[in-house]
Amino acid sequence: MREYTSAQLEDAVARLYVDACLHLPEWVKERLYAFGNPYIIENFEKNGIIPLCQDTGMAVVYLEVGQDAHIEGSIPDAVNMGVRRAVKDGYLRSSIVADPIRRTNTGDNTPAFIYNELVPGDTVKVTVAPRGFGCENKARVSMLAPADGLEGVKAFVLETARLAVPDACPPVMIGVGIGGNFDRVAYMSKKAVLRPEPNPDPFYAALEEELFAQMTKFAIGVRINTAPTHIAGLPCAVSVGCHSLRTASEVLS
Amino acid sequence: MTHHITTPLTAEVVRTLKAGDEVRITGIIYTGRDAAHKRLYELLQAGEALPVDLRDQIIYYTGPAPAPPGYPIGSCGPTTSYRMDRYTPALLDLGMKGMIGKGRRSQAVIDSIVKNGAVYFSAEGGCGALLANYVKKREVLAFPDLGTEAIHRLEVEDFPVTVFCDCSGDIYSPYL
Repeated sequence: MREYTSAQLEDAVARLYVDACLHLPEWVKERLYAFGNPYIIENFEKNGIIPLCQDTGMAVVYLEVGQDAHIEGSIPDAVNMGVRRAVKDGYLRSSIVADPIRRTNTGDNTPAFIYNELVPGDTVKVTVAPRGFGCENKARVSMLAPADGLEGVKAFVLETARLAVPDACPPVMIGVGIGGNFDRVAYMSKKAVLRPEPNPDPFYAALEEELFAQMTKFAIGVRINTAPTHIAGLPCAVSVGCHSLRTASEVLS
Repeated sequence: MTHHITTPLTAEVVRTLKAGDEVRITGIIYTGRDAAHKRLYELLQAGEALPVDLRDQIIYYTGPAPAPPGYPIGSCGPTTSYRMDRYTPALLDLGMKGMIGKGRRSQAVIDSIVKNGAVYFSAEGGCGALLANYVKKREVLAFPDLGTEAIHRLEVEDFPVTVFCDCSGDIYSPYL
């Protein structure tokens, strides 16, 4: 069993959240240079202290926690303390309302939305992926029927992308989830947005390229995640990532 | 061609702006997004006065990030416009002449733009750091309790936008 302190987690979240809002991953920059919109290139090349986008997002935090790792103290408290510090130190926007109907801003962008994943080993990997809602609002899930098949999936992905793009911030990264169940397919599609590598299965890697070839005017890539599913279902989800595709990770030491 | 215009807008200037034209805006503009629109609309419904006179003015759909020390404003790009659609015709009927946001509008908004001789601009989405350069001054004008969603008065210089919907209802977007 390897021990970690909640202060380590808090520090990592505070650092990663600010970093993600100021600096894009190299693979995203390469794709944006290739796309060639001069405003967007100038925006991310500024490398200043002003966040790339004013919507510094809902703080989505993915924790990959080794089964032999132990973090002392409260994990949600540590993450939320980190978010609070980042919002203050990084001049990030407070965009969270405490209640969806009564809508009072919490004032410090908490709570974070934390996803825990148990993995083998004793390491803890922290990823902060701020999600703006211009893109989040354009995501869709469809519980397709098995008879809809591959053609049904392609049609749904293309339709969702075309509906999203004029209102989102193109060029976009399209994340697709196929299979699993209603909630898992949405999660898979959102994780797919953040992945530079193609799907390891050549069948799905080819599908990513085929779909992307029809989106080159408004997208910088398509990534697909899949899971086994039920004999009665073909869940499909599409998440849209804006060109300010913000994500930062580190492994706690 | 690039138009250089100043606020408040006039009917003559609005008529020269065509869908797809690039425009640089100098002068005072007002911010307002979801929560501020809801409040303005509710005041109108109740027959009460608005905290800002929108005649001939431009509303910019943005919720700025906090200003770092020494900066007039933080990141301040456009938010998606369609969420304001249900409130917009009432504000255009009051004489508001322009809006800056991103993305499509409802047919009711386009009809109201034509009826009132107004214009809808789009700013480059996701470029809040860059667009902050064109804001010289900001102050909170109304609804301070709304935080980033308060109505701010911005002084802008050569703020870059494109005409998305002109006063004859013609639309331009590179992504449609």
